Amino acid sequence: MSKVALDRLLEKYPGEVISSHADHGDETAVLKPAKLAEIALFLRDDPVTSFEMLSDLTGVDLLGLKEPRFEVVIHLYSLTKRHRIRLKVPCLDDENPVVPSVIHVWKASNWMEREAWDLYGIKFDGHPDLRRVLLYPEFEGHPLRKDYPMEKRQPIVPPWPGRQHL
Amino acid sequence: MTTENVLGGEAVVTTVDEAEGFFRRLLNKNETIQKTVNWGRQWSFFQYPFVTACCGMEYMATAGPRYDYARFGAELPRFSPRQADLLMVVGTIVHKQAPILRTVYEQMAEPKWVVSFGVCASSGGFYRNYATVQGIDTIIPVDVYIPGCPPRPEAVLDALMMLQNKIKGERRPLLPIVPA
Repeated sequence: MSKVALDRLLEKYPGEVISSHADHGDETAVLKPAKLAEIALFLRDDPVTSFEMLSDLTGVDLLGLKEPRFEVVIHLYSLTKRHRIRLKVPCLDDENPVVPSVIHVWKASNWMEREAWDLYGIKFDGHPDLRRVLLYPEFEGHPLRKDYPMEKRQPIVPPWPGRQHL
Repeated sequence: MTTENVLGGEAVVTTVDEAEGFFRRLLNKNETIQKTVNWGRQWSFFQYPFVTACCGMEYMATAGPRYDYARFGAELPRFSPRQADLLMVVGTIVHKQAPILRTVYEQMAEPKWVVSFGVCASSGGFYRNYATVQGIDTIIPVDVYIPGCPPRPEAVLDALMMLQNKIKGERRPLLPIVPA
């Protein structure tokens, strides 16, 4: 399998890529967060890469496995070139994880970034409306973090008389 | 019952309490009337299907011609809780949705019954996590639970018959007791 997109990225931004690999066409680049917005714009507009579509954007909590703890994973697809790339962006600060938003590059990232904020508490710098998208506004904390207590419940309806929330 | 001067003439005045008391005495004294009312209730369920998940398929199968719960009088699903007396909670209820379910239950007129359809509604099922209500009986009272993921239509019909048996032995007033 060719790795055209990854080579192009390495050629253009050698200093921004921490590491990269491409097993069986699975092109992956681990990026420094600082210039993410600029790199995203380049990957979309460059005629060689031309990643017009954002397939997915998620967060990962690697508590106890890796430092830094939080990572944002972006999957891109090129509709014209028909190739894919995966970008991994570690969030440098564990207490207050922040990465640049890519919302001005792909509009589709709006709700995906809100979801990552909702469930992992990762902030996206430059997002115009970063609030919860799945859970209710009264919810406290970010439930997919590995240190969120498994049995913790946050009901908004008081229990029926004589019953209790389990 | 009292007689009062109303607009210059004598009139019999009945308070709401007295009217209720009249019906309740009638029912309590007369076993036949109570049985007749129960018979009417148990063979004319008007269900409100609160369908949130895949259990809805089995609910539809039960409503269809092969299993056909119309045989038990549960002919017409009503899509307004104000017209229904049987709330069927079919599927997973999450904490975000719990206020809606509570409101729907409170909107139903007395007498009303609740069937918890499937393990998710009954206990949370395999959704033992931050999002899911661990059994709807924590937020509304439940009369009959149906196990299964999803339950087969036979189980639904069994639950319906169990509810009918329960209503057969009920002694509740014809009119609800409304706190003043």
